[in-house]
Amino acid sequence: MNAEIDATSEKFLRGKYAIVGVGETPYTRGSGTTTRALGTYAVRRAIEDAGLRMDDIDGMLSYSGNDSIPSTAVAGDLGIRLNFYMDVMGGGSSTEALIGIAMGVIEAGMCKTVVIFRSMNGYSQIRIGGTGRGSGASNLSGDGLFGRAYGQSSAAQAFAQTFMRHMYDYGTTPEQIAHVKAIHSEHASNNPKAYYKHRVTVDDVLSSRMIVKPLHLLDCCVETDNATAIVVTRMDRARDCKHMPATILSVVGRCCKPRIDNHYQAGPISTVAGHYAKEILWPNAGVGPDDVDLTGSYDAFTFTTMLQLEDYGFCEKGDGGEYVSSGIMRLGGARPNNTSGGHLCEGYTHGMNMVIENVRQLRGEIDDSCPTDTNGKRQHTYDYSTGGCRQVRDPEITANLGWAMPGTGSALVMAKGER
Amino acid sequence: MPLQGEYLGMSVAIPDVDRPNQEFYTHCGQGVLHLQSCVKCTLLRYPTTTACPWCAESEYVWTPVSGKGTLYSYGEVHHAIQPTFQQFTPYLILLVELDEQRDLPNRFDGLRINGNLADASGEMAKPELVATVGIGSRLRVVFKSIGDSMAIPLWTLDTEIKQEAPWRYPDN
Repeated sequence: MNAEIDATSEKFLRGKYAIVGVGETPYTRGSGTTTRALGTYAVRRAIEDAGLRMDDIDGMLSYSGNDSIPSTAVAGDLGIRLNFYMDVMGGGSSTEALIGIAMGVIEAGMCKTVVIFRSMNGYSQIRIGGTGRGSGASNLSGDGLFGRAYGQSSAAQAFAQTFMRHMYDYGTTPEQIAHVKAIHSEHASNNPKAYYKHRVTVDDVLSSRMIVKPLHLLDCCVETDNATAIVVTRMDRARDCKHMPATILSVVGRCCKPRIDNHYQAGPISTVAGHYAKEILWPNAGVGPDDVDLTGSYDAFTFTTMLQLEDYGFCEKGDGGEYVSSGIMRLGGARPNNTSGGHLCEGYTHGMNMVIENVRQLRGEIDDSCPTDTNGKRQHTYDYSTGGCRQVRDPEITANLGWAMPGTGSALVMAKGER
Repeated sequence: MPLQGEYLGMSVAIPDVDRPNQEFYTHCGQGVLHLQSCVKCTLLRYPTTTACPWCAESEYVWTPVSGKGTLYSYGEVHHAIQPTFQQFTPYLILLVELDEQRDLPNRFDGLRINGNLADASGEMAKPELVATVGIGSRLRVVFKSIGDSMAIPLWTLDTEIKQEAPWRYPDN
């Protein structure tokens, strides 16, 4: 793969933008407050983390599924006067897509520094599976006749056909896939913020009750209440921020398979949008999968992590089951995935917590339980046993692989410091 | 007047402005599955769309299809979300590849129809029947009336042929 990539030529905005601030609320079930208060908290934390003042921010982006609050509410609460804002529909795959939009609007001269947030009471108010929206007796009409009429309304019910077909096409086994949860739970045990901090085994996954075959309960992610935020700005401003910039090498936003109105009509259905997105991601980044030190492959389900790693070229097509069960994704392995515990364990944020984690990894400032020195800087032990360290040794390049559904994905490659 | 009906306790309403869906479900009510066929490139498509996904032509004619196909993939729901489906678990959400237009217009493309496994009369399948169906099963369409001359398409095992053993999720 690397041989095909020309890393010498500058592509698009490679290296010219960075993530300079990250922040989040606690991950809870029952925040006891509004999405407005959660969003405001996370946005303020991210701006303070960047070492910026509220009036350094003049752009804002958010995404939701009609389960959140608009940018104008958060900006108003924090006294931020906006030169640009937009609130878009969407869940997973939005984080990376909005990072690209932020770069574009700054490049267009529309504003200077953008904060992106996702705020949701995903457990106590609107649950993604439909519970809390009155999904019961509502009218069947239009597209609903092709889905909800057949008891197909949740993500698990909509994606199962992709997962099952991958098992059929490539011999992928339930045991292989269960490793994703087991490994992410190891990582979460070293993450004081994680909602689920206990380690589980492959057997625990396989013996948990079936939700939608092939998905057991523990193949599915947690639902939580939380807000997350990141700050994006141009490199000339990033240099003056508090932390070493997480430099953006490449970004892909909501790249789609053919027939995205009903993607099961097209192509092998065991192939996902990453198959197309990788043709944008790697050439623009100037690096390839072999150069990546850690990944953030979206884990709404165990299968989504596997499918994306495979289609972005981290292994041969069809070898995803072998890849995720090989130990490579484990802390201490060659290319850890979702070191925070991801959606399966840390909390559900539609992708943003996985970007936040990789920003902190690149800084070398993961918030684990390792002791701090007199300056407050954490002294990482690289002992990855329960309750220990989760900092990866000197990571240079990270890749985030965001998932909306089998037919749509986004991705982001970041590097440590200015390139 | 919108076409109105009811299916499994869920109300159905297809407004007049949604002519393609009114026509799709009315054809089902007459007992033959029809798909839109593009007047320009003649390709069939599913589900209903407002233009041809391959040539962007908006005109179409309804074309009857065999209503037979092979199970391409499925999910087996044990935890229902919609209250009305809780009585049917485990139920199958099927992706049935029709015999028509396989690997067209591109390799691995096909007409893959959503639906549930049902018995020959269109009632949701019992667990004993669910346990016999997997990828490769040969299925035929059955219709269940939903009122106002409409019906919803469902799928049942084709008993007129000898079935090969299908691929199923490996149960422990």
